[in-house]
Amino acid sequence: MPPDHNLDDYVDPYPPGHRRGGPLRVGLGGPVGSGKTALAAALCRTLGAEYDLAVVTNDIYTTEDADFLRRNAVLPDDRIEAVQTGCCPHTAIRDDITANLDAVELLESRHPGLELVLVESGGDNLTASFSYGLVDVQVFVIDVAGGDKVPRKGGPGVTAADLLVVNKTDLAPMVGADLDVMRRDSAAVRKGRPTHLISLREDPSAATVAEWVREQVRARALSHA
Amino acid sequence: MTAALLTLADSRLPAGGHAHSGGVEQAIAAGVVHDPGSLATFLRRRLTTAGVVAAGLAAAACAGADPAVLDAEADARTPSPALRAASRQQGRGLVRVGRLAWPSGSWDALPAQPHHPVALGVAAAAGGLTPRDAARAAAYLSVSGPATAAQRLLAMDPLTVAAVTARLAPEIDAAADSATGELPAPTDPLLDLLAEVHAARKDRFFAS
Repeated sequence: MPPDHNLDDYVDPYPPGHRRGGPLRVGLGGPVGSGKTALAAALCRTLGAEYDLAVVTNDIYTTEDADFLRRNAVLPDDRIEAVQTGCCPHTAIRDDITANLDAVELLESRHPGLELVLVESGGDNLTASFSYGLVDVQVFVIDVAGGDKVPRKGGPGVTAADLLVVNKTDLAPMVGADLDVMRRDSAAVRKGRPTHLISLREDPSAATVAEWVREQVRARALSHA
Repeated sequence: MTAALLTLADSRLPAGGHAHSGGVEQAIAAGVVHDPGSLATFLRRRLTTAGVVAAGLAAAACAGADPAVLDAEADARTPSPALRAASRQQGRGLVRVGRLAWPSGSWDALPAQPHHPVALGVAAAAGGLTPRDAARAAAYLSVSGPATAAQRLLAMDPLTVAAVTARLAPEIDAAADSATGELPAPTDPLLDLLAEVHAARKDRFFAS
């Protein structure tokens, strides 16, 4: 083997500079009104007693989402941070994640035992996705009322997110959406990645999504053991 | 040399600048900035005050002056608490990416959340650039960020905004060169006031 193929002495020249252990970071992305904040609130309610957790919100204009979480007393104020995104919610979670990293690190320093951080993006479109420099796993939330063609249309959120959540299944009969079509199309474009069809109205605990998050926390704990 | 300078001044460098409007969001809310002409006036005014201050500090940091001393000098030249916080927030972001992009022992001499121009000077030195380069990057960044913010907020023609910024180039260079080797201290009470009013708002897109 030539000397330059000796991998024993190889040193990664690009170590992940800003990340050393810490809590599992879960990105929640998706279009406006699909239920990202409602899902964040549900996860806080369901997992708040199990994990030391906090939330970062990326409202595009106001502190509406952060206020919603506070108002519903899902989390105390010091566990919610809102960031400004300079009119570009997408940039703030993918291209320049600085403000979000600042917020996550602030929460981590305030709560040293933090185990789980939910990073909720501002409402965006089907091309939105999180940088894996910011989150460990990401959930993309769409809803039945947006039309049953959405999974077929794809886009990085629908095809590549670690979990696709199709919310508001209770509305399917009202809007003429075919859940089987959504289930089949999701499976086709996601190549084995999981899809959960849920109704936060019927199950405010988001039980299946919470269980998926638990699995991710356990997997991260194992990989850092 | 030039490539490192272009990288440092590139708006796509993920250092957090995209969420800061340099006061332009509040200037628009106050009706001060509303078209290309008023934007150019705003940028020129910012360049000759905040821009010149930043250029002097960046050049000095690049030349190897004590970062802690420069950080205090930056505080003294930034009367608005909101602008101090915005500068430190951007400094922290630049350190985060700078440490990875241009590894150097000099990063360790910086405070945890240094003022942005001080971090910029250290980054320039770590990237093999000169104090004059650092000053030019600081001066350019003092107008390029606000220009883009105005474009987004007013839905201005991006080609026009590019022209506004490009035509300021000789003034940007001159401002940077005049500040190199000095620590100028011009202030603009309007920018300070806009920043304070802006920080108190809840309905804003930009962090500053």
